[in-house]
Amino acid sequence: MDEVQSLIQGFVVALSFKNLALMFVGIVLGVIIGVLPGLGGANGVAILLPLTFSMAQTPGGTTSAIILLSCIYWGALFGGAITSILFNIPGEPWSVATTFDGYPLAQQGRAGNALTAAFTSSFVGALIAVIVITFLSPVVARFALEFGPPEFFAVYLLTFCAFVGMSKEPPFKTLASMMLGFALAAVGTDPVTGALRLTFGSTALLSGFDFLVAVIGLFGIGEILLTLEEGLAFRGASAKINLRVVLDTWKELPRYWLTSLRSAAVGCFMGIVPGGATPASFMSYGVARRFSPNGDKFGTGQVEGVVAPETAAHAAGTSALLPMLTLGVPGSPTAAVLLGGLLIWGLQPGPLLFVEQKDFVWGLIASMYLGNIAGLIVVLTCVPLFAAILRIPFSVIAPIIIVICAIGSYTVHNSLFDVWMMVVFGIAGYVFKKLSYPLAPLVLAIVLGDRAEASFRQAMLYSQGDMSVFFSNALVGSLTGLALLLLFWPLLSWLISRVRASTSGARRLP
Amino acid sequence: MDEGRDARPAFRQKSAEMAVAVFIFLLGAIVIYDSVRLGARWGDDGPQAGYFPSYIGLILCVASAVNLGLALLNRRDQDRTFVEVGQLKLVLTVLIPSAIYVGLIGWTGIYVASAVYVAFFMRWLGKYSWWKVAAVSVGNSVVFFLIFEIWFKVPLPKGPVEALLGLD
Repeated sequence: MDEVQSLIQGFVVALSFKNLALMFVGIVLGVIIGVLPGLGGANGVAILLPLTFSMAQTPGGTTSAIILLSCIYWGALFGGAITSILFNIPGEPWSVATTFDGYPLAQQGRAGNALTAAFTSSFVGALIAVIVITFLSPVVARFALEFGPPEFFAVYLLTFCAFVGMSKEPPFKTLASMMLGFALAAVGTDPVTGALRLTFGSTALLSGFDFLVAVIGLFGIGEILLTLEEGLAFRGASAKINLRVVLDTWKELPRYWLTSLRSAAVGCFMGIVPGGATPASFMSYGVARRFSPNGDKFGTGQVEGVVAPETAAHAAGTSALLPMLTLGVPGSPTAAVLLGGLLIWGLQPGPLLFVEQKDFVWGLIASMYLGNIAGLIVVLTCVPLFAAILRIPFSVIAPIIIVICAIGSYTVHNSLFDVWMMVVFGIAGYVFKKLSYPLAPLVLAIVLGDRAEASFRQAMLYSQGDMSVFFSNALVGSLTGLALLLLFWPLLSWLISRVRASTSGARRLP
Repeated sequence: MDEGRDARPAFRQKSAEMAVAVFIFLLGAIVIYDSVRLGARWGDDGPQAGYFPSYIGLILCVASAVNLGLALLNRRDQDRTFVEVGQLKLVLTVLIPSAIYVGLIGWTGIYVASAVYVAFFMRWLGKYSWWKVAAVSVGNSVVFFLIFEIWFKVPLPKGPVEALLGLD
């Protein structure tokens, strides 16, 4: 049991006083970010990333920095549930499904039960995902040590094809959004030949587009503009959680163990394959409605209808870190931002991380256990406080959030040009969201663009331009094959449904 | 905010879909153009600089052409509203001051610009009394100054006011 030993080592790292304090700071900040409109996991972490630059310089500092940032992420995952249940406004896209049953519960005066159920099942989902990470990631990392450029490119291809195959958005919009990300990533100096690409003589474009700025603009400013359209009138249920409500709910929860387990499985799968937390939460809500004996009552305020999406969202959000750590391929925009942090601090994510940076990796994994326990305690005790944030009028909080976003994009490279880009990305985010162009593949393509290109070119050099290198052995062949299957999945499922419709139609005809 | 809201459509869904598809198509064309300029073929020493981006541009063009076609063929979205006039006004009341704010940062530094921006918002959209406006807007900038310049030692752009106060 190598993993258990490494994990204990990790707990020793994570349990220092400084790291525990950072954990609580991160969780509180994260919940606030999750509650505020316009700030979310991805851009919240992106804005705070520059603050960790000096922290990461000290010995052991990278571990503290990643603990702080990942705890902000856990906090944001918890925080999304508060706004969806109390105000019927999902603070995060992955908590949209939580509003279906959470808000009716709150209207019936059972907000406390709904919140307790949401937080507890988030915790359970995260815990299962962390256990999966603990035991699966060393295996994946060992396996990935054998990877060469063709294999890595096949993994990237799989990641991006999974977006096309599994997202709810129209496949060609996903494709367009993704390629836009790749095009933005290509701007600047070509890493291999040093040629200037797509800069058109502009010096500001020499260093290319930073994905952190894109994340802040797309998710932050874009989200604020969308919220504005609604006119924004917060009318929330009041939240009181006392020990009795918590204990009562906890007594009820074990009944839904099967739903929890199923949702956690859906979540882990969707997190590792980059589907992300949002589709995972919708999918597991749908699955739970179909399989539950009370399925027809879903939407009227069923605790089970809160358990399912929350478990899945948290499981997916957590397990998205597995491919990020082991392969350097993030499973979600927030994981992509964390990956960007690792690169800035001078760590190379990927299989070697498990060999060269044992303390860092296992400290992080141990902090996931502790951070989620800390998160559960913080949210259960401080809900009224966080709900009060939402009562701050929009005309005060909106400009402050935009100021925070501006500061965040400035600090990435100390350049005012980036702040302008943030505004442009904000408008793009607003329009894209309204036309259901997905944003996650765009962000991931900006992050991975350069490395996907590098591995593609290395593989091509190695094979002298022969594309068959991507089918040259069983491993790379099955990765590429799976990627192509996912890429053409929308077409296949359309054909299947057409065939089915026509056969059933033919049967009905005579 | 709801009173007198103008629900007439400012843009229709279909025209928005088409505009975005055309815009992305043009971006794709620019990518292809620049890649060909750099050389998108197989050179003596392997793939040239435009090799990978040219494919990206090509897929970008094809995908947006399909999106444009789908938007044109779609009958259902014909009369759907993309954004109402009232909504667009609300969005622009935030967007335009924000753009001015970013322009102001380069001139006065981020702290003064932020204070002005927050004050403008609170007074104009929130109709707060002047002393509340002053307290929140100045307080906000002071807090950010303490966090960034003092606590985390991250320098942000500063202007003439900071120089006058000797904080530069």
